Parts: sequence; C-alpha cells; structure tokens
Amino acid sequence: MEALDIARWQFGITTVYHFFFVPVTIGLVFLVAMLQTAWHRTGNEKYLRLTRFYGKLFLINFALGIATGIVQEFQFGMNWSDYSRFVGDVFGAPLAIEGLLAFFLESTFLGLWIFGWDRLRPAVHLACIWLAAIGTVLSAYFILAANSFMQNPVGYRMNEESGRAELTDFWAVMTNKVVLVTFPHTIFACFMVGGAVVAGVGLWQMLRGARRDDEEEREAFRTAVRLGAVVLLVAGAGTMVSGDFQGKVMTEVQPMKMAAAEGLYEDEAPASFSLLTVGTLDGSEPLFEVKIPRLLSFLGTGTWDGEVRGIDSLQAEYEQRFGPGDYAPNIPVTYWTFRAMITAGGLAMVGGAWMLWATRRRRLPSLATWEGRWLLRTAVVLPFLPLAASSFGWIFTEMGRQPWVVFGLMETSAGVSPGVSAGEALTTLVGFTALYAALAVVEFRLLLTYIRKGLPDADPPELVDDPDAPLAFAY
Amino acid sequence: MELTTVWFVLIAVLWIGYLVLEGFDFGVGMLTAVLARDEKERRVLLNTIGPVWDGNEVWLIVAGGATFAAFPEWYATLFSGFYLPLFVILVALILRIVALEYRSKRPAMVWKRRCDVGILIGSVVPAVLWGVALANLVRGVPIDADKEFVGSVVDLLNPYALLGGLVTLSVFLVHGAVFVGLKTVGDIRERARVLALRVGVVAAVLATVFVVWTAGRDGDAVVWAAGAVAVACFAVGLAAASARREGWAFVGTALSIAAVVVMLFTALFPDVMVSSLDPAWSLTTTNAASTPYTLTIMTWVAAAFTPLVVGYQAWSYWVFRRRIGTHHIPDDVLAPTS
Repeated sequence: MEALDIARWQFGITTVYHFFFVPVTIGLVFLVAMLQTAWHRTGNEKYLRLTRFYGKLFLINFALGIATGIVQEFQFGMNWSDYSRFVGDVFGAPLAIEGLLAFFLESTFLGLWIFGWDRLRPAVHLACIWLAAIGTVLSAYFILAANSFMQNPVGYRMNEESGRAELTDFWAVMTNKVVLVTFPHTIFACFMVGGAVVAGVGLWQMLRGARRDDEEEREAFRTAVRLGAVVLLVAGAGTMVSGDFQGKVMTEVQPMKMAAAEGLYEDEAPASFSLLTVGTLDGSEPLFEVKIPRLLSFLGTGTWDGEVRGIDSLQAEYEQRFGPGDYAPNIPVTYWTFRAMITAGGLAMVGGAWMLWATRRRRLPSLATWEGRWLLRTAVVLPFLPLAASSFGWIFTEMGRQPWVVFGLMETSAGVSPGVSAGEALTTLVGFTALYAALAVVEFRLLLTYIRKGLPDADPPELVDDPDAPLAFAY
Repeated sequence: MELTTVWFVLIAVLWIGYLVLEGFDFGVGMLTAVLARDEKERRVLLNTIGPVWDGNEVWLIVAGGATFAAFPEWYATLFSGFYLPLFVILVALILRIVALEYRSKRPAMVWKRRCDVGILIGSVVPAVLWGVALANLVRGVPIDADKEFVGSVVDLLNPYALLGGLVTLSVFLVHGAVFVGLKTVGDIRERARVLALRVGVVAAVLATVFVVWTAGRDGDAVVWAAGAVAVACFAVGLAAASARREGWAFVGTALSIAAVVVMLFTALFPDVMVSSLDPAWSLTTTNAASTPYTLTIMTWVAAAFTPLVVGYQAWSYWVFRRRIGTHHIPDDVLAPTS
C-alpha cells in the first residue's frame, strides 16, 4: 500500500472509532442532565439514582471520547500536511474556536460535576452538567462547519500566488447551507443514540437485571425506558425531516454524491428511488431491483417530477470543468452505506416504538412469552442501531465526496503529507488500530460491569462544612 | 504590533498555560510511582488533580488549533515533521487519560497496578518529549525550500534537545511535588517537600545549563533575561519550599516554566521553525501565517472568550481549593467486602 492509502485508512479508522463515543456523549449528557433536573424539581430519589447510574455510563464513554479526540486534531497536520497548508486559513479557525469555546466548557464543568456533588449548591451543580451539555453541541457546530466547508466550499477565495484557499467571509463559512442542515441531522441522530442507550439498558434491567424483583428499581427503570424511547422517537422524526432537507442541499451542491447514493447512471425525470439492487452497481443492468417511482425526485428536488442527474452526465461535465479524471466515488460503498443508514435508523425507531407499547400502563411482558424474549433481544440490539446508522451516514458522506478532499478544489491524493513515508504511516496505523481495539475491549467490559450493577443508592449529596469529612467522590 | 506577532505571542501564552498546568499533572502522575507508600496515598495524589487535569489538557488542544488557524504552514510542517514523536506522545496521553479515568472503576489491585503503569508512562513520556520538541524548534531541523521537513527522527534526538527533555522532565517532577505540598495534608505533604528540594537541585543544574546553552547560541539580551528570570524563579521557588511557604513555592516553579517558554519563543522570533539547512528556508511569523482577515476574526474571538475561560477555570480551582489527606479518601466502595 502507498502512504496515501495508509493515511486514508488511518483517518477512516480513527474517525469512525472516535465517532462511536461522540453521539453517545452528546446524547447521554442531555439525558443525564434531564434526569438530574427532574430530581432537582421533584426531589424524587428515583431520578437521582438514574442520574448516577447513567452518569457513570456517560463518563466511562466520555473518557475514550476525549482520549481519541486529541488524535483527531493532530492527524490533519501529521498525515495531511498539504491539505492543512491548503485550507488552514479557512479550516483552522473553527477548530481553534471549538477548543476555546467548547472543549474548555465541557472539561471544566464536567470536572466540577463529577467531583462537586458535596462542594456546590444543588442548583449550581445542576448548571454544571447543562454547561457541559451546551459545550458538546457547540463543539459539534464548529467541527461540522469545518467539515461542511469540505463538502461545499464557501466564503473563501483562491490565492493564485500561494495556491491556498483564503478566508474572505467567516459568517458565510459558519452559515454554509450544508452546516445548517447537517448540524440538526447530526444532533438529532446523537439524541437517537442517547435515547436508545437509556431505553435499551433500562429495559434489559427490567427484564434481566439482578434486582428486577425490586419494585422501586424496576419502576425507576420503567421511567428510563419510556424517557429514552420518547427521546429516540422524537429525535428519529427530527433526523428524518432534517435528512430530507439535507438530501435536497446535497443534490444541489454535490449532485454526484446523490447519484452515487442511488447508483443512478442516467439522468432521470421523474427519478425513482432504488430500494435495493441485486447484481452489479457499475451501470450495467442489475439482476434484480426494487424501485419506488418518483421518490428520488422528491427527495432530491422537492417535486415529484424533478430531474436528478446521473453519474455519466456529471462525469462528463466534471471532465470539462476539472480536466480528465474519475470523478465518481466508490458506488457500492456509497449505495449500501446510504441504505444501511436509513435501515438501521428506521429499525431503531421501530424498536423504540415497540418498547413504549410493551411497557404501557405499568405492563411488562414476561420472559416466558415470545414477546418478552424478543423484547429482551431488542433491548440488547437497540443502542447499536442508531450508533451504526450514524457511522454509516458519516462513511457515506465522506466517501461520497471522493475523489475530493475539498469538493472541487483539492483531491484527496493531493492532501497527503509528502514527507511521511509509507513505513511511518503504517507504524501509526497499526499502533492506533491495536491501541483502539484494546481500549474498545476494556471500555465495553467496563460498561457491561456497570450496566449489570443496577441502580446505585440515592445517597443524596449534602454540602459539607466539616473540613475533615471524606470526599463525596474520589478516584 | 502586527497581528502575526500578536498570534505568535498568544500561541506562546497557550503553551505557557499548557505546560504550567499540565506540568504539575505530569509531576503528580510520576509521584504516584515514587512518593506514595500505599493505595490511599496514591489516591490522595490522584485526587489532587482529579477535577482539573482534563481542563488543563484542553490548553494543548487549543494551542494546536490556534497554530493550525493562525500559522497553517507551521502546523503542517511541525506535525508532519515531528511525526513519530507526536505519535508516541498521543499514545502516552491516551494511556494516561484512560488509566486516570478507569483506575477507580474496578476493585482488583491488578487492575489498579496496570492503570498506575499507564499513568506513569503517560506522565513521563510526554514530559520528556515536549521538552525535546520545543528545543528542536529553536535549534533548527532540516527544512527544505518547500517548507517540508526532510530529516529523520534521528535529527530530533540531538544532545541539546535531549537536555531540553530532561529539563522538562525534572522541572515538572519538582513542580508536581510543590503542587502536592500545596494541596495535601499529613505525612505526604512533608515528603513531597523533601523530594521537591532534592530533585529541585538536579533540575536547577539542568535548567541552568539549558538556559546558558540556549542564550549562548542566540546571544539576544532578552533571551538571556528570560533565561535568568527562569532560573531565579526556580531558585526562589525552591527556597520558599524549603521555608514551607508552599504557595510561593508553587508561584516560583510556575513562573519559571513560563519564563522558559518565553525564552524559547523569544529565541525563535521572528522564526517559528528554524531550518538547519538554510536560514532563508526557515518558517517565520509572516511566511507561515494566515491572512490578516483570519487573524482579525481569531483575535476578536480570543479577546472575547479567553477571559471567560480563564475566569471559570480559576473558579474550578477555587471550588476544589481544600487540601486533601488520607482521611478524606473514602474506603473503596468497590472493594469486595462481603
């Protein structure tokens, strides 16, 4: 493999891995904050116990999120130095601002939240988790604005002399039409993940938890299941609506990505949506294909008979604009990740709806019934569905941009670090992959341990005056 | 002052923030292996930095991001050139974060011992390598006319840079011990003071040699002055520690770290990375910088939000100002009792 391929695999692996922790963090921190708010408002200890239980899962996850996050910022310069030189003027600012505005907020107030139970007044302590939560979405906005520049460059001009992109309108970068649709889509998807984790873990506890016969504990988890499922469904609706807007913007600014998502070679008006294809996706006639007439026209253009451009005519147009080359992304990857995203997200919503139905009016199916057994399986799988959907969505959107690293301005092959040898790149690829795999095992087993423990005691925190009293929380 | 100079100064400030704050985190991490006598003492040490270490590390993230935004060429050359050392630093920092956060999550002593190894590696390795990296910036590395690093990792392991690594290692260890003296009660507080003084003598000698070597290469009066301030502050810090004035001791070691960064950045200016092949190929605050427009936007954002960040971070230190000792450490709730 060449250094370019190794660098691409490395970015793919480290980024996909990092983004397992991001949606869990963003989703869970808000749910934990909501649970703590409920305790603060009602004084009901069930909410405090849930806050502590899900808060622990959140923190176990957050640790790996920050650990893998440092690599994200460093690897632009390490593996993609020519890319960094080219876009640094535009792309660096949102990254720096993300650190200053969001990361300080998250880390400082999470430190206060974790260690501050007996040091801060309850209202101040509650404010800390909300400030950390706000930090996570601020962070998401800035990094998505940076990514959106790569999908749809705006607010810049090309400096012919230096060959670099230069920022001319920061506001345009921050209000890129792509970030305006990508941000809600991503955040709703994160809430789906948070809701699914809370609901899935809660339902498992109700059905199989060690203390499932403890009335109080089961009822607390019922609250969690229903809260999580509602968040999952509402966020799911939000993800669908924002995804629909996103499809239209994508058709406008990156028509090749939409064509690749569909394996659509010829321009079509009206265009039908391909549900699935058996056979090849290389433009020859497929063996078997299921299509929904006119749906693609609607998704892409908002009208039932709008024209959606195909790969062949876009390829011809891009050859004229950019010179000879292959301007189509990897069609099987884009086609199937797009479908896998929609399927996994849809299944998550079905699972969430079923959980709401199955736990209605204090009901709980017994494990002796088929319903109970399937519900248990759903509870175990549920958290992974929106997580997988998020991953597929990102693989789709990044692979669908290829061969460009910045659409229309710089090809990925031109962005790689010229001074980094294949051997060096391979060293870090193998090193990070091995380390990440080991950490995944450690983290997953730790999560399972804490999920199995069930609810901790409420242990309502009190402000301590005694300077010799033990710490409420200690490493 | 030109905006490029402003951002050169701001990046120096971010490095000062990072090294002063994370410096004692690294020191405390090393002390868990040499100062603590039992599990409770190890936990006392870890809890002195528990609420704050993550926020301290953000200074590094922001320093990296600010370099990317304000000096993209510097960021690109530095990060792709110092490729393998940065990889090692990243692995060490990841180990440290995970070990710190997960150590208390399982009761088994085997687990805690493994985490202790992670904390030790994650504290020693970056403490050395940041010194090596900063010294190499000043000393110069092979950079060609296209601003590309054309050397190998061997070029980075020269005597001057290795001395820089030993200086940061020993100074952070002393800084951490002084911090422990400031934040703990009981027997460990006194032992931290003794260790700070003993290692402090070695660190002072190493730092003095490094300062003379740096200033001697450069010859600039300001570099000499900053270096002298660094050594003087360090000596005052040690004297204060000896007199049991722990607050002043910490101010002394903190100021001396800050003064070393000032010295290195002053020696660099107006370069940001020196080419050892041809001075004309060095990266400078002008040829590595972003456009004035980008720098202006960044300046406004930094001016508006930096005071806020410093304010709430300082408040978090105030919240956790109380000294801790072994009697504050709750019995391990996870320990298998029945």
